[in-house]
Amino acid sequence: MTVLKITKLTQYFSGLRALADFNIQLEEGELVGLIGPNGAGKTTVFNLVSGFYQPTEGVISFLGQPITGLKPHQVTAHGIARTFQNIRLWNEMTVLDNIMLAQHSSLDYGIRDLFFRTGRYQRREREIRDLAMELLEIFKLREVAEEKPKNLSYGLQRKVEIARALSSKPKLLLLDEPAAGLPSRDVVELIDLIRWIHREFKIAIWMIEHQMKVVMSLCSRITVIDFGVVIAEGTPEEIQHHPDVIKAYLGDDQL
Amino acid sequence: MKQKLSVPVALLALLMTVMVLAQYEVIDLYIQTIILFVGINIIISSSLNLVNGHMGEFSCGHAGFIAVGAYVSSVLSVALFTQDRVFGAPLLPPQYAFIGFPLVLLAGGIAAAFAGLLVALPSFKTRGDYLAIITIAANYIIITLIINIDKIGGARGFMGMKRVIFAMEDVAEIPWMILWVFLFTILSIIAIRRFVSSTYGKGIIAIQQDEVAAEIMSVNTNKMKLIAFMLSSGLAGIAGGLYAHVIGYVNPKSFDILKSTEALVMVYLGGMGSITGSILSAVLFTLLLELLRPLQIIKWVAIPLLLIILMQFRPEGIMGNRELSDIFPRLKKFYRFK
Ligand SMILES: Nc1ncnc2c1ncn2[C@@H]1O[C@H](COP(=O)(O)OP(=O)(O)OP(=O)(O)O)[C@@H](O)[C@H]1O
Ligand SMILES: [Mg+2]
Repeated sequence: MTVLKITKLTQYFSGLRALADFNIQLEEGELVGLIGPNGAGKTTVFNLVSGFYQPTEGVISFLGQPITGLKPHQVTAHGIARTFQNIRLWNEMTVLDNIMLAQHSSLDYGIRDLFFRTGRYQRREREIRDLAMELLEIFKLREVAEEKPKNLSYGLQRKVEIARALSSKPKLLLLDEPAAGLPSRDVVELIDLIRWIHREFKIAIWMIEHQMKVVMSLCSRITVIDFGVVIAEGTPEEIQHHPDVIKAYLGDDQL
Repeated sequence: MKQKLSVPVALLALLMTVMVLAQYEVIDLYIQTIILFVGINIIISSSLNLVNGHMGEFSCGHAGFIAVGAYVSSVLSVALFTQDRVFGAPLLPPQYAFIGFPLVLLAGGIAAAFAGLLVALPSFKTRGDYLAIITIAANYIIITLIINIDKIGGARGFMGMKRVIFAMEDVAEIPWMILWVFLFTILSIIAIRRFVSSTYGKGIIAIQQDEVAAEIMSVNTNKMKLIAFMLSSGLAGIAGGLYAHVIGYVNPKSFDILKSTEALVMVYLGGMGSITGSILSAVLFTLLLELLRPLQIIKWVAIPLLLIILMQFRPEGIMGNRELSDIFPRLKKFYRFK
């Protein structure tokens, strides 16, 4: 079954074309990569999918339903969650609250329940907390549940952000450069973690990544864009030897 | 369990003490009025804090919503329970005033909440800074409207609320307003606390800390802003209703931008996003205002000066964004509603 289908997606920023005629199709349970040099338009693709930008042109559909034009929180409610290139946690809240809050679109109780602390409210808050605690357990973050994210190491913040994304029970997870800024020891751990999430949660994952080691060892399929245009698509091996990709990355020692 | 009951028991004891002292005139009317103002100011500061502190927006016209609540509840209670020159014979038997009064207060709150909705709808669609300007404008518009409605006294003000209190006293000779102010202050604090400690309400704290992340990670930010703003202005309306009935007289000038400024000073004095901070600052500010009353207009030199000094030496306010229970964790076991 097709999870995500993007057709002819184009985005202009006041005259600047950040993305042109982008097409992709993600199948259930796939782990796919999106790479490209700095400023290529990768984050723009994710911002369009998550509803943060409204595309100049093109259609995005998720599980057969069009989601173009929806607001970000509606997209999350449909089952797409993401992380950010520059970690965006709520820094003055506890880690536990951060993870609980990502279930905001499926609270299933109203303001009256909240004021009167009805049975429904208490049951739902307990379930929300239980799910968050379960995720903290899985990610070995139990000890930092009551900490504020700003006091955690960069690596732990990355983990909290992924846990927060999973808390909304997504069917598609978008990871924007999850390995950015991590020391190489943590990168290996991150690769294992993503592989494990992919297997355990049985969800589709689409990731942007600069570090070739990460995409090459995780993704079954990779799309390469440069200046907003797709220049190559294929398996990691095909991509590694594609002349256009080598040219685009020329002088970039990361390849 | 015994410990958890200690807060309600202490509050009840406090209420009984104040009521008995007032009943037997151990504390005079002046002191009673100050105590009542403390309660009303607690509602005003903690409700504004919801928008300016917890949610991190900047609303500057809180007095406008206080005015809506004050006038709506005053007109209702006078028309319903008293013989009035303009509104004629009471629509309901005056002996029901003590049952009707809390409902009338709520009606004032609901009216203020809808006024809040009207203000919030256009301002949250645009960028954040507009809220400050639009709320100041709304404050002026509301006062101008009141001045131009002759039926409710226009610029002269509106009175007759003392007769509502007398109607209650005809049923039972107790200091009713102490009871009502106390009750609604406690209910307001409980409402705000329950709101911001629920996952639902924490949506506005997420907005304050990173609005983009909040919107993308599943918070309907527009709806949450409207709800928080309506809750805030609704509670301000209830405070207004209480104020009008304590004084027995309302005048549009008492709800001008100066009153809004007082509310802002209390929020920043107490600490953004701290409920205990708002309570503390309301107590301090009310007392300070009374001490400075002989200075009359000069108090409006003293208060901004205080604010400047505060911003210099403790910009986060007395409590910062912490609650009393964060500073003294042992207090937690006494709290019921978390
Ligand atoms: N909101 C915006 N307004 C104007 N221009 C933008 C906006 N967002 C992105 N751009 C521009 O679009 C282009 C693509 O940006 P994008 O962030 O998608 O690149 P990227 O591939 O994620 O790069 P990086 O590897 O540096 O993260 C850049 O030229 C950027 O300056
Ligand atoms: Mg990027």
